[in-house]
This record gives sequence, structure tokens and C-alpha cells, in this order.
Amino acid sequence: MENLDSLKNEILSKINASTDLKVLDDIRVSVLGKKGQITEMMKGLGALPLEEKIALGKGLNILKSEVENAIEAQKIILEDKALNEKLTTETIDVTLPIRPETQGRIHPVSKIYEEVVAIFGEMGFDVANGPDIEDQFHNFNALNMPGNHPARQMQDTFYLNNDPTKPFDMDTAYVIRTHTSGMQIRTMEKQQPPIRIIAPGRTYRSDYDATHTPMFHQVEGLVIDKNITMAHLKGCLYDFMKAFFELDEIPVRYRPSYFPFTEPSAEMDIGCLKTKTELKIGAGTDWLEVLGCGMVHPNVLKAGGINPDEYQGFAFGLGIDRLAMLKYGIPDLRTFFESDVRWLKHYGFTPLDLSSMTGGLSNNGGLAR
Amino acid sequence: MKFTLSWLKEHLDTNATLTEISETLTRIGLEVEEVINPASQLGGFITSRIDSVEKHPDSDHLHILCVNDGTHKYQVVCGAPNVREGLIGIFAPEGTLIPLFNERLKKTTIRGVESCGMMCAVDEIGIGTSHDSIIDLPSDTPIGKPASEILNIDPVIEVSITPNRAECLGVRGIARDLAAAGLGTLKPLDVKKTDGKFANPIKISVDCPTECPVYTGRYIKGVNNKAQSPKWMTDRLNAIGIHSISPLVDITNYLNYDLARPLHVFDADKLTGNLTVRMAHNGEKFKALNDKEYNLTDYSLGICDDEGVQCLGGIMGGIEKGCSEDTTNVLLECALFKPECIAKTGRHLQIDSDSRYRYERWVDPKSNIIDSDYATQLILCICGGTASDLTVVGSENIQPQVAYLRPERLETFIGMPVSAEKSMQILQNLGFEVSLENGKIKAVSPSWRGDIECEQDLIEEVVRMIGLDEIPAMSLPNSTFPKEILSAEQHNVMIVKHELASRGMYETVTWSFSDSDISQYFRNGHDAIMVQNPIVKELDEMRPSILPNLLTAVKNNIARGYPNVAIFEVAPVFSGRNPGEQHTDASGVRAGLTAKKDWSGSSREYDVFDAKADALAAIAAAKGPFENPQITTDAPSYYHPGRSGTIRLGKNVLAYFGEIHPSILKKMDIKSRVVAFEVNLNNIPLPRQSANKARKKLELSQFQAVDKDLAFVVDKTVSAAAIIAATKNADRNLITDVRIFDIYEGANLPEGKKSVAISLTFQPAEQTFTDKDIENLMNKVIVEVGKKTGGELR
Repeated sequence: MENLDSLKNEILSKINASTDLKVLDDIRVSVLGKKGQITEMMKGLGALPLEEKIALGKGLNILKSEVENAIEAQKIILEDKALNEKLTTETIDVTLPIRPETQGRIHPVSKIYEEVVAIFGEMGFDVANGPDIEDQFHNFNALNMPGNHPARQMQDTFYLNNDPTKPFDMDTAYVIRTHTSGMQIRTMEKQQPPIRIIAPGRTYRSDYDATHTPMFHQVEGLVIDKNITMAHLKGCLYDFMKAFFELDEIPVRYRPSYFPFTEPSAEMDIGCLKTKTELKIGAGTDWLEVLGCGMVHPNVLKAGGINPDEYQGFAFGLGIDRLAMLKYGIPDLRTFFESDVRWLKHYGFTPLDLSSMTGGLSNNGGLAR
Repeated sequence: MKFTLSWLKEHLDTNATLTEISETLTRIGLEVEEVINPASQLGGFITSRIDSVEKHPDSDHLHILCVNDGTHKYQVVCGAPNVREGLIGIFAPEGTLIPLFNERLKKTTIRGVESCGMMCAVDEIGIGTSHDSIIDLPSDTPIGKPASEILNIDPVIEVSITPNRAECLGVRGIARDLAAAGLGTLKPLDVKKTDGKFANPIKISVDCPTECPVYTGRYIKGVNNKAQSPKWMTDRLNAIGIHSISPLVDITNYLNYDLARPLHVFDADKLTGNLTVRMAHNGEKFKALNDKEYNLTDYSLGICDDEGVQCLGGIMGGIEKGCSEDTTNVLLECALFKPECIAKTGRHLQIDSDSRYRYERWVDPKSNIIDSDYATQLILCICGGTASDLTVVGSENIQPQVAYLRPERLETFIGMPVSAEKSMQILQNLGFEVSLENGKIKAVSPSWRGDIECEQDLIEEVVRMIGLDEIPAMSLPNSTFPKEILSAEQHNVMIVKHELASRGMYETVTWSFSDSDISQYFRNGHDAIMVQNPIVKELDEMRPSILPNLLTAVKNNIARGYPNVAIFEVAPVFSGRNPGEQHTDASGVRAGLTAKKDWSGSSREYDVFDAKADALAAIAAAKGPFENPQITTDAPSYYHPGRSGTIRLGKNVLAYFGEIHPSILKKMDIKSRVVAFEVNLNNIPLPRQSANKARKKLELSQFQAVDKDLAFVVDKTVSAAAIIAATKNADRNLITDVRIFDIYEGANLPEGKKSVAISLTFQPAEQTFTDKDIENLMNKVIVEVGKKTGGELR
């Protein structure tokens, strides 16, 4: 039995001294393998007398179990060591930049459209649609601008020959809409009051300089019912401006003006502070013209098939591009239409920047990447 | 419309300041665009006296002055010829900002003598153009006063006049409106009736009294058109940007802006026979003052002598019978023309003139005789001569416009109650004759107002004078709960934009116009829709596709050094010229690389599958059929014929995608490959309106799915879609997914063949597959693919 103790010590010390899994396995084979030391000793038991056989057999079984446990424990240690060695060779420079990704952008015109829809949607407006190429009835005549009305010159108009088989005739030609008011007429033709619509869209005038582009974007509004007054016009536009510029209060002023399709007509200014470097909306002593509006002219109601003795209401029109410039500090209208990827990236909005009155109008898409 | 403050005060007796005047103008609807006040630039300039004058020792024209501003004395070197001891002028000490140079004055040494400031000429302080001499003020002018207080400087006010306020195209009309607003009193116009000294030798007849209700003519003989127009007149004209030409021209220009009165003056000696006002004949020629010849039509008014049209009535005089320097006998026309007639002629012939501008809006129908007298008075006074009797054809007795105002309408229409008395007072101040008739205010328009037709017009007058800011603001009544307001189509447009942006593309907005040089290749069988009057040649066609504009954008970005471009636009394109013949496309292009090269090596060139993926994503965002798309290879000719496709739903084209045809890129000088897609959002069927938002019940199999691979050898012409369709068709229930994972052409394959390797997913429903089940399924696939595509197992 003393022999067994020394054998045990010898084997365990070998196991503990092993430094890799291969050596450990060799030890296992040399001790517990088919021809291993312990295996051989166990084979020799049969030749011993019974009493000795029992005693030595028990001792050998204990020894075998202890050796197995020691090998298993050493194996875990050596495996850990091997893994750690392997991992140290796998180091990657995690300061490398990420793989290239492009986050897209929504154009400011679309963003403002969505903000405007969100605000007027809350006030119960629907959104109208209409054609970009219009007949003169819907673009002019129905809006109290008969053929020779001087106001037609206020809007430098693009024309299209309505019948290419004949020479161009200015009186019957189509026009590329100079405002989205045609949609107002088309809405009235289809629907009796109460009417609350906004008519957003592209508009076109033959004008191209630092502050004008031949195409721009407008949103017009039309509210018709029995008791709508100019006080509602002022309230509606004030509510809109406050919501749009995300201010609790905003100074506004109205000036009498003239549009053939409204009477009385007015232009609305909002208070601002102009300095050499910035424009701050909602504060200061300067005024900024933002829109034209007025009470719908009875001739316009008549042209739309609505009885002006029964119904009345207001209309307004504002520039989407201009709102974008004012709210987001975009300096030059012409750049809106230049598709310069640097501009689109800088002034565009992230794809998740959706607008709602309850979820917020702006800054909803996280930081631009 | 511009005028000077002193000009206004010629008509308006007022103590109001410039600021009060300009604020009031804006408040009553005559929006002030700009006030130019030279006095505001005169900071630092002071009245000073020259105490002594010595000759400069080193010059024969310079002098050394001792200038006294009342507190200090300065040594000044001056070259002006009119220096003298005791002269009081305008002195700019060192450091003063000189408007002419926009620079501050520095101390200098001139030929060895120090000069500490400057005695100014009018040009240097921005109140004139002369540089001949220094300003010489009256000898009783106090010294040490700011120049702006002493100099009589006339600020220029520019207002924008809306088309309904034609009478305010004259200074007197503006003065009248200010008086009505309580800012002073309108001075009476100083006009004396001219007594004719002889009978008008020229007979005048009017053939078209509808278009020309009143025509007056007066012969003035012996005028001197070489005379000098008076300084007050040329100063005012100069101030509003009109140069003095000759007294007769200056007078007509002046009255255009003073009284909003267009006039015409013929050289009577050049006229042949008598004067007839008639409609022009079709094709009749007229050579106007602007040196252009016009072909007239029978809706235009001609003022004619025996040789034809000599003046296009109310618009522009003729070049042949107008006045020149040597003119001595004239015929002065002061007439009334119908606005519609003037507007139509002007618009068709595209002639702009001050006269047309006024006539097509409104000219006071009762002002012809009095204005003729006023003009005659000016001519006689400036040019001399003798006036004939006035020939008047037609009558000024024109029926005034009448409108009624129900006083309660201020409250029910404007939301602001105004008493009948107050409304009447306001209207009366504006020149209306007012009376009460059955509780309504009857308002007869003054002859100078042509814009008052209905009750709303009167309401506007009242509101304008009270001030729009007095109207309360009331939020719109809102009884309904907020609802979704975008239509399904409008919603699709919005979501498609966000989908494409989330795919890394930038949304852009380009013109609805396009350059026909490029867009001609994109018409896809439609007629060109050309703009009649394009603003530039490059914007002459209503675009048949968004792609020409996006390609131009690609080209421009490449030129700026940004060759990797992924942009899209969702907007209208035009298939016909009639209103409504348009649809909304979601179109995009990708050019260059997916990214600049980087360590990961993931950057690659964009290819047709990027465009296809974009198109399908857009279709999916618009809730269209994006799964199992039906793809044909018949995209329009502007795509690469072998690398493009059409996504269809039956006959309906949902989208095109592909590489842009290299020959188009070559024409546009774009050197990189460009892939593009166009999704016609209007062709995507809208989902049926259904209130049920519940999803279809999800049935999950509890048995293990098995993936198996097969490779087929097929003709090169066999499409991937055909193989996938045949595979799925082998068992519609158990084969749940088919993917193509390899395509091989080349060695080991017969000519004209390719190998397509597919990976299938079999999903058991009832029980786990046995080897036999799987073998059966594979065999079904092999048979089906062989039958449909001729493919053989590789």
C-alpha cells in the first residue's frame, strides 16, 4: 500500500507539472491507457490471494479515481491557458472606423410640407390635390381675374399651347399654375361647405433671380362655412405661426393688401430680429412678411358653385420654401433646387424625423450622421 | 411708385414726421418698400464759417482756410474756386464718414500744409451730383449746427401700389388717402380754366365711344421745347429715377406721377388732316416711340391721322408724329380709354408703359378736362405759346358706382363691430357720398376710385382705415377629434420618401421643367410638352421623366468632386398637356461607388440590383405587390437594353429599373455608370379600405425545416425567375423558400449553357421529413425545373 501512495504522488506531480494538453494526454495514456501503469496493475490483481486482491483492488480504484479527477482539473486549467493564449493573438484595432454607411435625407421642402400638414391636420383641414398644368378658368377667371385683369401681370405666367395642331393662342392656352388656388376652385366644385382644406404644391412663375426661382412651393388654405369671420382668419394664422415656429407667443401684424380673390385682403408679418449674421423669429423690432390672406371674394365662391349669401370664409397662401428658409436658417432659395449632395446632407432631415403636433414637429430623427 | 416728401407736401398739408407718414402708409395698405433719406448719412457734418483765406504758398489754385465751427478752428486746404472769407458751408471734420467715398476722412498734408477736414460740395455728402464748388449757404445760417438740420433734403419714399389702387399711382392719390387716414388735409389743386384764344384747327372724331368714352384735344401754338424745365420739376423726376428730356416730355412724365394722368402730345405740324380715334385694322402697322414696329389687330385703339395710326391709344405714342426739340405747335391729348381694351392690346403686343399701367387699372373718368387745363397751364408756363379751345368728344357725365353696406356685416364678416356712424364717417373721409337707405349705407364711389363694386369692398375700406390689427383673433371652432388627413396616395408619397431616405439616398427637388435636348430621349412615346415661354432654354419642356434632371444633378456633383451620388425625387411627371395628364413618380439614381474606399473593402460600384432593390422597396412602401414581382425585360430605350427591367402587375407598369443607356451618359458627358429606377406611384393599386387591422393568424410548424441545394444546367437565356417559379411550383405547400446562390458559366459547361445553383427550404407541416420524403421532393423539383426550363441536374 505504501507503494500505491508513492505511485500516487509520482503521478499527481507529473499531472500538475504538465504544461500543455498533449503532455497531459500522454500522461493519461501512460497511466490509465490500455497498457497504462494502473491498468496493468489492475490486470495483475487476479493472480493475488483473495485478501490481498480486495485490499489492493480497493486501493487501485481509489487511485484511479483520484488520477482521473486530477487530469480533468488540470485539463480545464490548460484549456483556459490555451484559450487565453489564442485570444491574445486575435486582437483587432477597435479604434478603426465603422464600415461606411450612408444615412439618407429628406429635403426641407418635404419636411415643411409634413410640418404644415401636421399643424393644419390638428385644426381639421384636409389636404387637396390638383394638376400642375391648369386651364385659365381654374388658375385665373374663377379667381376673379378675368382675361384682361391687371393682376394677371403680378404673376408672370408660363403658358402651354393647349392645341399643338393650332397656332398658340394666349386666350385659350393652358398655364402652368401660378398658385395652388386652382385646387380651391376644384374643391368647391366637388364639395359644398363646410370646407377646410390646405392645397400644397409646386407653383411656377417666370422669374429667376436672387430671391425668385421659376418653380417654388406654396400651401394655400381655404375655410368656408356660415359664420367664419376675419377674426377666425387671424386666429387660425396666429395659431399656425406659433405652432410652426414652436414658440409660445409670436408678434404678428396685418397690413391691408390686394388680391383679386379676397376682399378684404391682407398681408401678415411676423416679428423678428434681424442682425448681420442671423434672423431670430419671434423677437425684436423688425417685421418679416410671411403670407397673403383675406376673406374669399363672393365672385370666387360663385365660380366654385357656392352661394355667397349663405356662406363665407377665408383663404391664405404661404411659401413652403420661404418657411423652410426662415425656420431652418437656409440662406438662398436657389440652392433648394441645385441637388448639391453637400447641401442635401447639411440641410436635409434624417429619415426618421417625422412630424406631429403631439410627437413634436422637428428634431425627431436623432442626430444626422 | 416713388415720390419725395416735398412732393407729397405739395398736395398734403401735414405736420407729420417722415416716420409717421411711412408707418401710416403701410397701415392703410400703401406698403412702404423703402425710404431713402440722405439726411441719415449726414452724421458729423456741421455748418461752419471760413474765418480767413490765404493762398497756398506752393500752389496757384489751392487755399489755406481757417474754418470755424463755433467751438473749434481748423486749418483746411481747399481747391474750390468759390472760397471766400465769411462763406458759411458744410464742414466735415477729421473722422467723418463721407457718403460719396464711403470712407472716413483722414488728416492729410497737401503740398506741405496740414489739412484737418474738408469743406464739402453737394456730391460729397450725397445730396447732388455737382463737384464744381463748395456749398455756399445763406449768410444768416447759424454755425455749429448739424448739416441735416440746415440743408433742405428731400427724402424719397417708395411704396408698392396694388392693382386696385390706381389713383395712388399719382402722388395726389396718396396724399388723399393719408388725409382720409387723419394725417393732414388735402390741399386744393391749383387749376385755372384755360381760356382758348382760338378754335382748335384739328377736327377730332371718335369712332369707338365704348373703348374711348372721352377724348379731349387742345392745340397749343408757338411753344418752345428747347426751354429749360423748372428745377423743382426736374429735381422731383430725378429723385424717382426719371431723367429730364425736354419740357414737353417732362410735363407728361410729371403728370403721370403727380396726378396718375397719362397724356400724349403730338407735334401738330407733323399730323396730316384730322384726328380720328378708331379701332385698328387687322394687320395695320404702327411704329412706336420705342422704335419697334407692331402689327395691330382690330381690338387695339388707334389715334389716327390721314396717314394711319400715330399713337397706340393709351399705351404708347408713335415715333413719326411725336415731339422733338424743334416742335413749335402741339396737340395735347387728355383722354379716357377702356381698361380692358388697353390691357388686351398691351398684353398681346407686350408693350409696357406708364400710360398702359395706369389706363388698364383706372384713370379718373371725370378728370380729363381739368387735367388738360392743368397740363396746358404747365406747358404755357414753361414753354410759352397760345392755347386753343378744348375739343371734347364724349361726355364725362359717367354714372358713378354705387355699393351698399349693411353696418352689422362688420361684425358678422370681420368679427369686429363698427357703428354705422363710424363706417359712414370713414367712407365720407375717403370721398364717398354716403347716405342711409333702409338701414343700409349707400356709398357712391368718388370718380377716382374704380375698385368699389360690392359690400366687401366697402368693408375693406372701413377696416383698412380702422386698422387690421384692431380685429380680434379667434381660433377656429373645432368640434371634431383630429383625424388622419392624408389620402392614401398622399400618404404613400410621404412614406416612399422616408423609405428611400432610410435606404441611404438623399431626397432632392428639381424643376418640373427639363431641357428638351436631354429629355427628348426620355419621352417614351409621348409627345413633347413644350413651354410656350420658357425662362431659359434649358427649362423648355414639361419633364416626361424625372431622370433627365437627376442625371444633370449627377453630372454637376461629379464636376464638384463628389462622384458618388445616390439621390431621389418623388414628384410629378407629365404624359400629356391637358390638366391632370400627369402622375407621381418616385425616381432615383445611383452613380459611382457605394462609398469611398475604406479598410473594410466593402465599397463597390453601384449596379442594376441596387436600382431594382430601391424600386421594390418603394413599391413595398406604397403597399404595392413587391413579393414575387413580375419582371419583364422591356424597359424604355433610355435604359441599357440588357441591364434593365420592368416591374409589372399584369399590363400595368409599376416601375422601370436598370443602368442608364451608355449613349445617353455619353451625350451628357457622364463618365461613370449610373443606375436608375422610376416607380409610378399612381399605378400601384391602393389597398382595399378595411377597418380590420388584425394580422393573418400565424401558423408555426413544430417540425424541423430542411435546407437542400441543387444545381441545374440550363440555356443561358433561361431567366432566374423562371427557375425559381418552376421550383416553387414543384410543391406549393412544402417548399417555403428558394434562393439562387451561384451562377456559373464557362469551362466544363457546353456552349450556350450556364449552371444555376439553388438552395431550397422544405418545411414539413404534419411530421418530421424522412429521407424518402426529402428525396421525393427533390425529384419533384428536378422534374418540374426540367419541364419548365429544360434544365438538367448538374
